[in-house]
Amino acid sequence: MSEFFTLSVLVATLASGIRLATPYLIAALGETIGQRSGVLNLGVDGVMLLSAFFAYWTVLETKNLWLGVAVGIVVGFVMGIIYGIITVFFHATQGISGIGIFLFGLGFSDLMFQKQVGTPRPIKQLPDVSIPLLADIPHVGEALFQHNLLIYVAFLLVPIVTFMLKRTTFGMNISAVGENPQAADSLGVSVAQTRFTAILIGNTMAGLAGAALTLELGIFQANLTSGLGFIAVALVYFGAWRPVGVMGGALLYGLVGATVVQLKALQVIPRSVSDIASMAPALLTIAALIVLAGRVKAPSALTRPFSRH
Amino acid sequence: MTTEAPLLQMRGITKRFPGVIANEDVDFDLHGGEVHTLLGENGAGKSTLMKILFGLYQPDEGEVLLRGKPIDITSPSEAIAARIGMVHQHFMLVPTLTVAENVALGIKSKRGMLTDLDSVSERIREISDSHGLAVDPSVEVWRLSVGERQRIEIVKALFRDAELLVLDEPTAVLTPQEVDDLFVILRRMTDEGRGLIFISHKLHEVMSLSDRITVLRNGRVTGQTVPSETSREQLAQMMVGRAVRLTPDKPDVKAGDVRLKVRGLTVRGDRGTKAVDNIDLDVYGGEILGVAGVSGNGQRELAEVIAGLREPEGTCTIELDGTSLVGADTRTRRDRGLSYVPEERMRDGAIGDFTVSENMILVDHGGERFSRSGLLNFGAIKDHCTELVQRYAVKTPGIDTPTSSLSGGNIQKVIMARELTAEPHLLIASQPTRGVDIGSAEYIHERLVEQRSRGTATLLISEDLDEVIGLSDRIAVMFDGRVVGIVDSADATREGIGLLMAGVLA
Repeated sequence: MSEFFTLSVLVATLASGIRLATPYLIAALGETIGQRSGVLNLGVDGVMLLSAFFAYWTVLETKNLWLGVAVGIVVGFVMGIIYGIITVFFHATQGISGIGIFLFGLGFSDLMFQKQVGTPRPIKQLPDVSIPLLADIPHVGEALFQHNLLIYVAFLLVPIVTFMLKRTTFGMNISAVGENPQAADSLGVSVAQTRFTAILIGNTMAGLAGAALTLELGIFQANLTSGLGFIAVALVYFGAWRPVGVMGGALLYGLVGATVVQLKALQVIPRSVSDIASMAPALLTIAALIVLAGRVKAPSALTRPFSRH
Repeated sequence: MTTEAPLLQMRGITKRFPGVIANEDVDFDLHGGEVHTLLGENGAGKSTLMKILFGLYQPDEGEVLLRGKPIDITSPSEAIAARIGMVHQHFMLVPTLTVAENVALGIKSKRGMLTDLDSVSERIREISDSHGLAVDPSVEVWRLSVGERQRIEIVKALFRDAELLVLDEPTAVLTPQEVDDLFVILRRMTDEGRGLIFISHKLHEVMSLSDRITVLRNGRVTGQTVPSETSREQLAQMMVGRAVRLTPDKPDVKAGDVRLKVRGLTVRGDRGTKAVDNIDLDVYGGEILGVAGVSGNGQRELAEVIAGLREPEGTCTIELDGTSLVGADTRTRRDRGLSYVPEERMRDGAIGDFTVSENMILVDHGGERFSRSGLLNFGAIKDHCTELVQRYAVKTPGIDTPTSSLSGGNIQKVIMARELTAEPHLLIASQPTRGVDIGSAEYIHERLVEQRSRGTATLLISEDLDEVIGLSDRIAVMFDGRVVGIVDSADATREGIGLLMAGVLA
């Protein structure tokens, strides 16, 4: 155990925890916006898989990393249009249609991968960018300020989303349609338009999260996310529908995951139980959700389709 | 009244929904500076007419003229732009947002995409000063009392400078004092030349506030009058279409022994706070004990804990005919003679998808009367339910009709039929006539009086003061979880009970 508590191992664990947290954070922030408007999207994982595949394929073919990121974002946006039409205009039950989106993403991304790529070939990973001055701070710099650009973007999104929700008229509209859509409607705020826009933003961010994941790993395979998108949905509850809380959840999840990996590498955790140890982050999330159950209040209109009659 | 064009004219409005005509050839007009009341039962077409005015529905026939000019309103934002405001029966507020945010919602911000809450708050303060509407713009709405929320709804309309304001049952949740305050505010608004459409079925309020009254029944206008030329009884007759007895005759009944005895009862509400705080109550056989109070002062929890749907806290006494009910399950309580007509009739009282007969036997379906070795005896059920439908005057196509397709009044009769068949010793009736048409309410009142004559102890929980005063022998007033006073109904006045309800004399 003592090997773990050396400075270099701790710094490396912190750095990789932040890395691991990033796709969760981006996806969960997007899901937060959607849920605040009253729309639950269980399809996040499917959207991430699709955008991850297309981002990967783009980079594989063009060797252009940022084109890959852009393609991932566009795929998320397109899936947002589809999910928005299904839930906002056809008033479909959100839980089931989200699962449909997930299954579609899971199957279609694998199909495309088998047809177009076949065997996994590695691609370039996103390069790390050291932040001038800050990166030179001993240890802290290595842990916090030597990451790829999308990681900084993810953490910058936290204050941006917070500001958007709290200080803009659009954010106020989102809260209103998520809490009391009838009230919003009676004041001339379009519930459909507000929710559709929130869904578009959320799915676009899920797209970015998928791209971040594949370009971070430099690889794609079937079911690359292995349920990451569902954890992101859980983190929204964990974070009580607040961006900062969601960030806390994503970081906790990433850090526990990174710690388990380190402990396994150092063979503190014996190989025989390593698979069980890998469950630690998920178990922690479930425990946290049980503790938090009933203490935080979801948006009142969450999962409830709106119509005037 | 001026000779210029009225503020609003609705001419020949007809609106059909599949299977129903909600409005048929309705004429309605409103002048600036007057209160024009729209009176009618649930389903008479008041809400439909107002939803047409507010752009939520489109009329099939007829036209709307605003300030003399035809106007076609297709959405709430167009209505707001035309200076039409609406205070909805169910408050249209977002509890998690502040007062200022609620008021600003839907209004273009002066700062573009950013909210502009400082200048909004300032206008709110101006409006509240000039109209006597005390509100604090920076508080989240969920912290506010019902009366305060009502004021915000009015501020919202004034903020948008509504010249025509529709108030849909604005007094439903207010104490009598809050109603008086509201009427002062409304009068100030008509003095400024605004026109108000007041929707209510509380006849004494209609009589005291209105300049003119239009009565709707089954989608049609059945009369127009002014308060000085009519009476509550006449208005009720126009609403129902026949003479109605607003308060039932109560025969003299000698009160019996204590049937329900409650001592030291404390109950936690859904939010964990004390909803009922150390209450003592006695209800005698042959007595109706009314429980008055503004919604949310512990009445619901009191009913639920006696009915066995909620656990009391700590040690307490709940006795029915001398036997303790504490810890007993609902089945045991029923076997000992408790019947319960719940407040949320579609949630706790009946199963909407079940037929009338299924709901009527819901409690006894496992007993020997309706089943043998686990199999239902359909013959016995049919006979029993057919008789009940007749005896309780339930208007239904048949006993196999899904209960949810009946009107509120008839669903309540189905529940009453089931609960009273049990020949209760103790009857808890929560809001028995809320949302029920006047005819059914009259009928339900008669049944309650009949139970009183047979010696049943009745706990009547109601927010309708006329009902409580008219039916009860004694009235217990609840405020903040406590019984703040018990008055003999012979000495009770609306004002006195209103002060108790507001906690003023507590």
